[in-house]
Amino acid sequence: MAVPIRRRAADIIAFLFATAATAFGLLWLFWILWTTLREGAAALTPRLFTEMTPPPGSSGGLLNAFYGSAVMILLGLVVGTPIGVAAGTYLAEHGRHTRAAAVISFVNDILLSAPSIVIGLFVYELVVVSAGHFSGYAGAVALGIILLPIVVRTTEESLRLVPDQMREAGFALGLPRWRVTWQIIYKAGLSAILTGILLGVARIAGETAPLLFTALNNQFWSSSLNAPLANVPVVIFQYAMSPYDEWHTLAWAGAFVLTAFVLILNILVRLLARKGISK
Amino acid sequence: MNATLAHKSGTGATPWKSGASADRVFHFITASAAWFVLILLGAIALSMAWGGRLAFKTFGWRFITSSEWDAVAGHFGALVPIYGTIVTSAIALIIAVPVSIGIALFLTDIAPRWSRGPIAIAIELLAAIPSIIYGMWGLFVFAPFMAAHVEPWLNDHLGNKTLIGPLFSGPSIGIGMLTAGIVLGIMVIPFIAAVSRDVFNAVPTALKESAVALGSTRWEILSRLTLPYTRSAIIGAVFLGLGRALGETMAVTFVLGNAHDLSASLLMPSNSIAAAIANEFTEADTDLYRSSLIALAFLLFVVTLIVLTIAKLLLLRMNRQFGRTH
Repeated sequence: MAVPIRRRAADIIAFLFATAATAFGLLWLFWILWTTLREGAAALTPRLFTEMTPPPGSSGGLLNAFYGSAVMILLGLVVGTPIGVAAGTYLAEHGRHTRAAAVISFVNDILLSAPSIVIGLFVYELVVVSAGHFSGYAGAVALGIILLPIVVRTTEESLRLVPDQMREAGFALGLPRWRVTWQIIYKAGLSAILTGILLGVARIAGETAPLLFTALNNQFWSSSLNAPLANVPVVIFQYAMSPYDEWHTLAWAGAFVLTAFVLILNILVRLLARKGISK
Repeated sequence: MNATLAHKSGTGATPWKSGASADRVFHFITASAAWFVLILLGAIALSMAWGGRLAFKTFGWRFITSSEWDAVAGHFGALVPIYGTIVTSAIALIIAVPVSIGIALFLTDIAPRWSRGPIAIAIELLAAIPSIIYGMWGLFVFAPFMAAHVEPWLNDHLGNKTLIGPLFSGPSIGIGMLTAGIVLGIMVIPFIAAVSRDVFNAVPTALKESAVALGSTRWEILSRLTLPYTRSAIIGAVFLGLGRALGETMAVTFVLGNAHDLSASLLMPSNSIAAAIANEFTEADTDLYRSSLIALAFLLFVVTLIVLTIAKLLLLRMNRQFGRTH
């Protein structure tokens, strides 16, 4: 049965279009990664991890920025994870089928995609203005707020996947609800929740906009969280925008380390998650 | 708080008093955390409105209709950043929507089965790359590429056409609305493609098989079955991408040029709401200047909320249609 030539032509065009679209999408990924790899690998030196960010026109490292980013990500986790897991638990367990949970789940999805720069301004108004100065604390709060909806969403989805029979089995043993959640549901959903949190870390590690008005930046070594704190994304931003070659090189080095961290975390988490499912 | 009304657990039968009160504590903690999310969204909106009140009071409607942004004279009209935000987001969608639908089609119907997972992950990685990396790549690699190869061509071939000519004529400097729009388009592709792929996969196999049995080609299945069937979810995905594009900051800041002039040409530098805030907020030295930038953030936040709400509602409708919950 021969298909008329016009219909077949349309089909082939659709086939080519879809293939080209995918190639187009992948092209950008490889182009961006290739640029980062080429420029970044050339800029990688041991001094990157041992020296501070330099003044204009001289070379140095990014040690203070790596330190500041690590501390703020950890603190952001401390802020965002407990609230997020608790809220996700409410949406999936204790508040299940309530109108409030439906509304909050909806709002959480919107918060998930809200512009991060607005969250930066919010924390500026809330923390920086009242403290009178930029600080690492403010940066950590901003990152925590960005992490929060991610953790809520993953927790809710992970717990929803736990079969109801497990809850019923727990209740049948006479366990109170909180112990069912704590000792049975959390155990079953743990790896999925951890996966989500790690993906959240990958996300906040690269966030720049919310740190611009909160942690700002600091050219010198400072371990005080109550003062402006150097961090990788803002250093990349300032150095890339500057007219100095040495700073551009350092920005590429920072970009390379950041991209490698984010991508490796993403891929590892996905591989682990898949392994967990196939087991 | 009426959250306690939600308490419908099956633990009423437990004989242990301590268990019941611990239950109430646990319930209270989780409910408070959930309400915190709701309050947070309200607090962000309120704090932006409060911070921007000085600008709104001083300029009124002129704040969004005037294109004069003069920090020295203390006059702030946001028409240029608003225009730049809309134009760059529009370019982004024009690029991203067809490409994303093509990718979704490729991943659901065309690609060999073994390659679908890796390709899908690669496309998702586009969303994982931090936006500052897009910005740097845009500034150092893509903008020069546009200036050297694409924009001269546009100037020569489209710049002299009657209707669209003004859009594509101007100096080939690489930095501008077209470059920013393309970078934004790349950034939203993974979001639209992921949702499209999911809903394409959710089209009932029986329907597809019926179409095949009737002799339909792949193109006919897409255009007459899959797209009409998934229309509302696809529109939802587009709105989701729009919400992302409107608020994207760092990538745009690098390649848009931070210029406060209104120009018809897509090749000219411009500004966007998010880029203006990122560039100028730490330098804003008067209360009115700061308030104007926060007022911009308020506008951005409200518009993004509306766009994302529409997106969610459309996607929810699709989920309900398929009887899924997520």
